[in-house]
Amino acid sequence: MSGRRFAAMSRFNVVSLALGFAFLYLPIVILVIYSFNASQLVTVWGGWSLRWYTAFFNDEAMLAAAATSLRVAAVSATLAAVLGTLAALALVRGERFKGRTLFSGMLYAPLVMPEVITGLSLLLLFVALGAERGFWTVTIAHTTLTMCFVAVIVQSRLGSIDRSLEEAAMDLGCGPVKAFVAVTLPLIAPAIAAGWMLAFTLSLDDLVIASFTTGPGSATLPIRIYSEVRLGVKPEINAICALIIGAVTLAIVTASLAAKLSSRRGGNAAPM
Amino acid sequence: MSARNIFTRPARLAAIAPYGWMVLFFLVPFGFVLKLSLSQVANAQPPYLPVFDLGAGWQALVAAVSALSLDNFRLLLSDNLYLSSGLRSLTVAATATALLLAIGYPIAYAMSRLPRRWQPLAMILVIVPFWTSFLIRVYAWINILQHDGLLNQVLLTLHIVSEPVVWLSTDTAMYIGMVYSYLPFMILPLYATLSKLDPALLEAAADLGASPLQSFWRVTLPLSLPGIRAGALLCFIPLVGEFVIPDLLAGSDSLMIGQTLWLEFFTNRDWPVAAATAVMLLAILLLPLVIYDRFQRRQMVRS
Repeated sequence: MSGRRFAAMSRFNVVSLALGFAFLYLPIVILVIYSFNASQLVTVWGGWSLRWYTAFFNDEAMLAAAATSLRVAAVSATLAAVLGTLAALALVRGERFKGRTLFSGMLYAPLVMPEVITGLSLLLLFVALGAERGFWTVTIAHTTLTMCFVAVIVQSRLGSIDRSLEEAAMDLGCGPVKAFVAVTLPLIAPAIAAGWMLAFTLSLDDLVIASFTTGPGSATLPIRIYSEVRLGVKPEINAICALIIGAVTLAIVTASLAAKLSSRRGGNAAPM
Repeated sequence: MSARNIFTRPARLAAIAPYGWMVLFFLVPFGFVLKLSLSQVANAQPPYLPVFDLGAGWQALVAAVSALSLDNFRLLLSDNLYLSSGLRSLTVAATATALLLAIGYPIAYAMSRLPRRWQPLAMILVIVPFWTSFLIRVYAWINILQHDGLLNQVLLTLHIVSEPVVWLSTDTAMYIGMVYSYLPFMILPLYATLSKLDPALLEAAADLGASPLQSFWRVTLPLSLPGIRAGALLCFIPLVGEFVIPDLLAGSDSLMIGQTLWLEFFTNRDWPVAAATAVMLLAILLLPLVIYDRFQRRQMVRS
């Protein structure tokens, strides 16, 4: 009796999982398939072709925007990884210090803050400072946003590490900094790597904050895509999106394989 | 002196760089927004009046402060555009959050009932779309929803409709886009609480004669309330200030507050009004946060 009930439950579960994942993945799959469409009209299937990929690789403005985006993402993700890790250390290990509440508040607020506000406020700061808007202002803006994500990821990892390992290292004569570098850093490295990757993709993804803080000549890829998309669907945009999706998928597969390998070797992999 | 005490000092030093960074690039800019929201347009170009010049001494500072005005806020309150866009933001975000909960809960629940070894894979499958660009996800739906898009083609072929339905530039399209983009934010906190649920509790409920529906209603749902609250907050707050989804998918007859801010800034180039709109948006957002905080505290008192 109860066995049959549970079977009925699990049928419901199977259906919701199947529908849920179909909902999450079908639009992306459709987008990628149409990027190989030979037809000029996005919606009419004209056979398989790579012409829109060729079109992208011949589109100077798009390529320049992509290069800007990649540079901004690489620099801001690296800065965010350093600052976010330091912030996580201070929050987890520096029990009490003045202004701790304000500090954690400032770190959590950008996670949910509407991007229009973050973008506008940073722009006003840059104007007030008389900073020329361009590569560096976007990079600083993205660092500010993404370091909070890094801090959260590294923080949860740091909290789960057995502190007695560090204490043992210090008992054996290591200074606190050396104990950190020799013991703690390798343990939280997967979390920092995951944080870097998240920061990189968030930066690559951002339209709103970049629109506020960029200047002439350093339009990022999302800004270019957005201005094209507003005019309607274009097969070339499908091709660019498919390339980004491919790169992201590849990165995630590599990262989870690496995590699996390191956990097999006895280390602890960070959940992403 | 224990090792722990030695360690806290460098950890405190570690706070300096990120602390300074966040004060300079997060906290201080809010001051600028606040100040600008009280300023007037001078030739529609920065700098705006009044300009604070600390070098000019106390008298000048007092004069500058008294030159601040609430005109922008008066405009915001008198012009229907701002109030209605604020109201629309709240109702749209609330509706989308309710939809997200209704769609996300069964998925999160089913994930937590999967065999243990399948759960990490299911979690990765939920997270992966979150890693692909936000803009791309919205764009994917434009592909599907446009006039001669896939959805209309399928509906026409199946003879469900006789002529193409207008999907794009409607609220339906906007809600689809919102649910699609924010679903991982709803599923993950729900899954986190549901997967911690002790199955023995459900067995006990069944032994005591509860039907599956009853035990869901009286055991599972109350125990997953923290996940519901976290997921709702995680979706609701960014949704109120959402710009990209309504801009690309909804019609242009009624705007959300994020769009109004964007319009004032980029199209009308009225920075002071844009700043006042930002202050208003912040004020709107503080409300759910305060309520959430109350909830948390009451729960802490109770336990």
